[in-house]
Amino acid sequence: MKTLINIILTVVIAFILSLFLPWWSVMIAGFTMGAIVGLKKASSFFVPFLAIALLWVVNAWFLAQPNDFTLTKKIAVLLQLEGNTFLLFLITGVVGGIAAGIAGVFGNQCKQLISGKK
Amino acid sequence: MKSVKFLVSLLFTLGIFYGLNTKFGDIPPMGKFLSPNQGFWKNEITESDVAEEVLKIPGLKNPVTVNYDESLIPHVFAQNDEDLYRTQGYITAQHRLWQLEFQTFASGGRLSEIVGEAAIEYDRGQRRKGMGFGADNALKEMMKHPEEVKLLEAYRDGINAYIESLSVGELPVEYKILDYQPEPWTTKKTALLLMYMTDMLAGGDADLENTNFVKLFGKETFDLLFPEFYTDQDPVIPQERDWSSFDVEKVEKPDVDFPSDFIKETMDKPNPHNGSNNWAISPAKSVSGNPILANDPHLQLNLPSIWYVMQLATPEKNTFGATLPGALGVIIGFNQNIAWGVTNATRDVKDWYKIEFQDASRKAYKYDDTWRATTEVIEEIKVKGEPVVYDTVIYTHYGPVTYDHTHKGNGEKVGYAMKWGGHLPNNNQQTFLDLNKAKNYNEYAAALKHFTAPAQNFVFASREGDIALWVQGELANKWAEQGKFLMDGSDSRYEWQAFIPQNQNAYVKNPERGFVSSANQHPTDEKYPYYVYDDGYETYRNRVINNFFRSKEKFGVQDFKDLQSNTFSLKAAELIPTMLDSMDRSSLTANEAQMLSTIEDWDFNSSINAEAATIWEKWWSNLYRMTWDELYNLDVSIDRPSAYQTTWLLKNQPNYAWFDRKETPEIETAKDLYFQSFRDAVQDLTVWQSRTGKSLKWMDYKGTYVGHLLQAQPAFSRFNLPIGGNSGIVNATSQNHGPSWRMIVELGDEPNAFGIYPGGQSGNPGSKFYDNMIDRWTAGEYIPLFFMKSADQASDRILFSQNLSPAK
Repeated sequence: MKTLINIILTVVIAFILSLFLPWWSVMIAGFTMGAIVGLKKASSFFVPFLAIALLWVVNAWFLAQPNDFTLTKKIAVLLQLEGNTFLLFLITGVVGGIAAGIAGVFGNQCKQLISGKK
Repeated sequence: MKSVKFLVSLLFTLGIFYGLNTKFGDIPPMGKFLSPNQGFWKNEITESDVAEEVLKIPGLKNPVTVNYDESLIPHVFAQNDEDLYRTQGYITAQHRLWQLEFQTFASGGRLSEIVGEAAIEYDRGQRRKGMGFGADNALKEMMKHPEEVKLLEAYRDGINAYIESLSVGELPVEYKILDYQPEPWTTKKTALLLMYMTDMLAGGDADLENTNFVKLFGKETFDLLFPEFYTDQDPVIPQERDWSSFDVEKVEKPDVDFPSDFIKETMDKPNPHNGSNNWAISPAKSVSGNPILANDPHLQLNLPSIWYVMQLATPEKNTFGATLPGALGVIIGFNQNIAWGVTNATRDVKDWYKIEFQDASRKAYKYDDTWRATTEVIEEIKVKGEPVVYDTVIYTHYGPVTYDHTHKGNGEKVGYAMKWGGHLPNNNQQTFLDLNKAKNYNEYAAALKHFTAPAQNFVFASREGDIALWVQGELANKWAEQGKFLMDGSDSRYEWQAFIPQNQNAYVKNPERGFVSSANQHPTDEKYPYYVYDDGYETYRNRVINNFFRSKEKFGVQDFKDLQSNTFSLKAAELIPTMLDSMDRSSLTANEAQMLSTIEDWDFNSSINAEAATIWEKWWSNLYRMTWDELYNLDVSIDRPSAYQTTWLLKNQPNYAWFDRKETPEIETAKDLYFQSFRDAVQDLTVWQSRTGKSLKWMDYKGTYVGHLLQAQPAFSRFNLPIGGNSGIVNATSQNHGPSWRMIVELGDEPNAFGIYPGGQSGNPGSKFYDNMIDRWTAGEYIPLFFMKSADQASDRILFSQNLSPAK
C-alpha cells in the first residue's frame, strides 16, 4: 500500500515538475523521493523507476494514440527497431525509469550521508 | 562506506544524465528524445487536430484570416501587403520551419554546424562557389528598394514570431534528432534561399571539362561530339520568329587562343536532370476558348517538398500557387487575370578565368600589364563537436578563385576564378512580387526586367487572351565560343564586354501556331542574332510536347493532364528501329530472343508495367558506356556526349572510329555495339532479377522514391512508387527526380486550376499531411485548386480557420 502511495506521489511530483522543466525533471522527482520521502533500499530505485516508466508510457500513449501512431511507427524505424512500436514504448519507459531510479538511489544516499544514519 | 556509496551513486546519476542528454553518433540524446514532455512524442500531431483558432502576431496592422482547405493549403486574406507577407512567413514557418532553415544552411555552407564533420567538404564547396558573396550582392540590391525591404522584413518578422512562440517540445522533430535549435531568420537568409535555387538551376557549366577534352582529343572531335546546335531540333522560340527588328550590338571575337590546362578534378555539379516543362495555348487553340497554361518543374524529389502551396490575397490582388519556403510571394502560379510558370533557360552563365598570381602569397594577380590586388576572405566553418575549420578564399574582380592549390588546383601560383551570373547584383525577388499582382501582358513583361539569374523561360497566359514566353536573365553578350572554355584572366580581351539588352532577350508573344512551350531545349535556332551556348540542352521532351500541340486543332484541360503524364520515350523510338534492323537473330539464346521480342512489341511508352522499358534502359546504358569507353576512367575531368548526339552518330556514322572498343582486337562498328550491349543487358537483368527477386516491370526496376532531406532517412521517406516516365520523357520521373509540382490553369471568368506535388503541406513526419499527396501524384491525379474569392466564402472544403490579430 505504502509503495503504491509512493509511486503515485512520484508521478505527481514528476508531472508537476515536467510542466516547467525539461526531461530531467523526472530525475529531480526521483531524487526528491529518495532524499526527502526516504525510500528504503531497493525501493529507492524501483519506486521512481516504476512511477516514471508508467508516467512516460501512459503519457506517450495519450499523445500517439489520437494520431494513429503515425510518427511512432516512423521513429520505430529510425531507431532501428524494425518498426516495432511496442518496443519503442518499452524503451521509452525503461529510459525514463532508469533516469528516475538512479536519481532515487542517489537521493537516498544523500539523505543517509546528511542524517548520519546507517 | 557511506561516502563510497554516495560517490558511486553520484557518479551514476551524473553519468545517466550525461548519457541521456547527449547525442552519440547518429543516436539522438535518448532522455530528451523519448521524454513525452519534450521529445518526439510531442510531434505526434496532425495540424487540423490542434490548430489554435486565434493567434496574436506582433507587428500585424489589421486582422488576417487564414482558411485551410482539405489539403492543408492556407488561403490567406490580409488587408495590406506587409500583413500578407508577415503572415506568409509565420504560416510557412508553422508548417516548414526545419526545412526553411536547413536549406539556407545548405546554401551558405553551414551544414557542418548541424551534422558535423561529414559536411565539411560540402560546406567548403559552397563557400568557394561564393554563395554568401552572391547573397550579399543580391541583398545590397534589394536594400535599394525601401518598399520591398519593408516586405522582406515583415516576412522575416513573421517567421521569427513563430520561432519565438515555440516551446522546446514544439520544435520540429528533426531538431530533436540532430539536437540543435533554430536561429532567428534574417533577410540575408531569403537571399541565400534564392541563391540556393540559382545554384541548382544555373550552377552548372562544362568549361573546364571542355578545355580538358580539347587538349586530349582535339577541337575537331570536340566539335563533332559537342555541337552548339543539333540537327532537327525544335527551339523554345519558334523558328519562324523574325529577329530583324533587333538593333544588335555585335561583339568582335578577339584574336586569342584559349589557355590549354589540364584540370584534374572539378566540383560536383547540380543534378543534370534539373529541368522543367511549361506550355500555354491561345484562345483559338482551346476547346473552351480560354487560354490554358501548364508548368511542371523537375527537381530532386524530397520531403519536405521544395514547394509549399498557398493562396495570398489582399484587397488589391488574389494570387495562388507554389511558394518556396524562404522567399516571398508565389513563384509559379496564377491570379484572377494571369498565370505564369518557369522552366530553366539552358544558358551558360558561369565562366572560368585562369589566374596567374604574382607569388605564393597570392596578394596580386596579373591583368594585362599590371598586377591587381586580390581580396582575401577567411571562411569560418563551424563544425558540430569539432574545432572550427578555416578556409581562405581569394577574390579577384571576376569572382572567387574557387580552385587553387588548396582546392583541386594546379600549383601555388595558379588559380581558376569563377565569373557567374549568379553573383550579379539582382532583385529577383521583385519579379515575383510584381508577377503576383500583374494583370496583363505588359505588367508581366515589366516584372521580368528585374530578373537576373538563373535565366528562366517565363511562360505566360492572360484572361485577355495573350500568351507569351520570355527567355529572361541578365545574359552576357558574348563573342562566339566566349566562355565555352577556360579563359585567360590576365588578358582583358577575354572579359565579358556587355550584356544583351533586356528587350532583346529572346521572346515570343502570341505566335501564329497558337501555343508557346519550353522544356530546357535550345532557346532559339542559329538565326537569333546573339551567341547562345549551353552544355546541357534537352532534346526529347520539347519535341514530344510541340508535336502534341501540332497533332490536332484544339485542346482542353484533360489533354494537358494527359501530356504531363505522357511516358512516350522519343529517345527509344528514334534508336530502337535501327538497333532491331541490325540484330543478328540467329545467334540469340532463348532468353535473349524472348527479351528482344518484348522490345519489338513495345509502343515506346515507359509505363509502370512495361518490361520493355526496363530492357531498353539497360540496353541503352550499356550501349552508351560501350560507345564512349574511351571517355571513362580518365585522370582528368571531362563530360561525355549527349544521348541525342550519340544516337545521331550511331545512326549517321555507324563506322565512326570511336565506336571501336579498345579492349577487343576486332574493329567494332555501331552494329556490333548494339548486339554486344543487348547481350550484356540480358545478362545484367537476369542477374539483377535473381539477386532482387523482382519482376522486370519498369516501376520495379526504376524504384522511384521521395527522400527526406536528411540523406533520404528511410523512416521519413517513401519508396517504390508505382509511376512511369523517366528523364528525357515528358513525365520526367526518374528514380529520385521528376515533376516536383504539376500545375494547370485555365483562365476563364474564374480561374479553373489544378495542382499536385509529391509531398504534403506539412513538414512534420508525424502529420497526416506530411506525404498525403504522393499517392495521387503517382497516379497522375490533381487537386482542384480552391480559388477563394473572399475570406468568408462558405465552403465545405475548408477544414479549419485561424484568425490572426495584432499582438499588443
